[in-house]
Amino acid sequence: MQPKPVLLKIIDGLAVILLGVATYFALVKAPTEQVMGQVQRVFYFHIGTAWTALLGFLFAAVLSLVFLFTRDLKWDRFQVAAIEVSLVFFFITIVLGSIWARPAWNTWWTWDPRLTTAAITELIYIAYFMLRQGIDDPDRRARFGAVYALIGGISAPITFSAIRLFRTIHPVVIAGGNPEAQGGFSMTPSMLNAMFVALIAFTVIFIDLYWNRIRLGNLEDKVEQLKLKVML
Amino acid sequence: MFLQEPTPDTSGYMIAGYAIAFIVMALYVFSMYLRTRNLHQDMAMLEEMDKQAAPAKISEAKPKPGKTPKPVTKRVG
Repeated sequence: MQPKPVLLKIIDGLAVILLGVATYFALVKAPTEQVMGQVQRVFYFHIGTAWTALLGFLFAAVLSLVFLFTRDLKWDRFQVAAIEVSLVFFFITIVLGSIWARPAWNTWWTWDPRLTTAAITELIYIAYFMLRQGIDDPDRRARFGAVYALIGGISAPITFSAIRLFRTIHPVVIAGGNPEAQGGFSMTPSMLNAMFVALIAFTVIFIDLYWNRIRLGNLEDKVEQLKLKVML
Repeated sequence: MFLQEPTPDTSGYMIAGYAIAFIVMALYVFSMYLRTRNLHQDMAMLEEMDKQAAPAKISEAKPKPGKTPKPVTKRVG
């Protein structure tokens, strides 16, 4: 395996620092919300992980298209990496949302349009890895995976716009108010700062994990090729 | 002012949320580390097997001395 590039080492360090800064802004710099109390602070990580995960799913759909046009397995590895990191981030989003909902809505989970579309998106991408596990031939696996990720990519914009399209109790914090929303709040400038720091931090963390995951995929590919060489 | 409700204590939920977020991220990074380490081990083992198999493959390809096959001659006509 090639040694780690200097740029990736820098991004590794930057990701750790930014995670610390985002935590500091969320827990210390941002004020306590008067109605919900301390639990509102999970919002910063909730929105940071949701933003990167949904963009990651969309990015994977674009990579699927590139793969289908070029048939180069390199794009398949890029796509798998994007989906895997997004899946982890989106899992954090859902869990944080559920923890926030307990005191705000008095329930861990409700079948609200936003929550339902989010759960479906997560399940779609869990099934993506199950599908890949079931196919041995690398070309066929990549082709099926690309088509699946392309169709699955539709779920990301649906999840994002669910709170704007349907009647929902999920608050619309950015760009627009929702009269049905429960637990909404207006952002003060220091809350906005904490949110933007979290967005930047999670974007860098995503890039860092994504690059590392691509390197892991390349190593997997080399081992696979070596296995075939030894067996023949 | 007197009618204002006090801010509820929801710090337990906040701590749980941040703890889970950090644990999930740490587990994912650890899983990547483990997978990379296992793949390096597999690669070292496969390279060793490949080196051992290479001389055997060469000797299989070369004919053994004293046991050279007789040239096949065809009677024409």
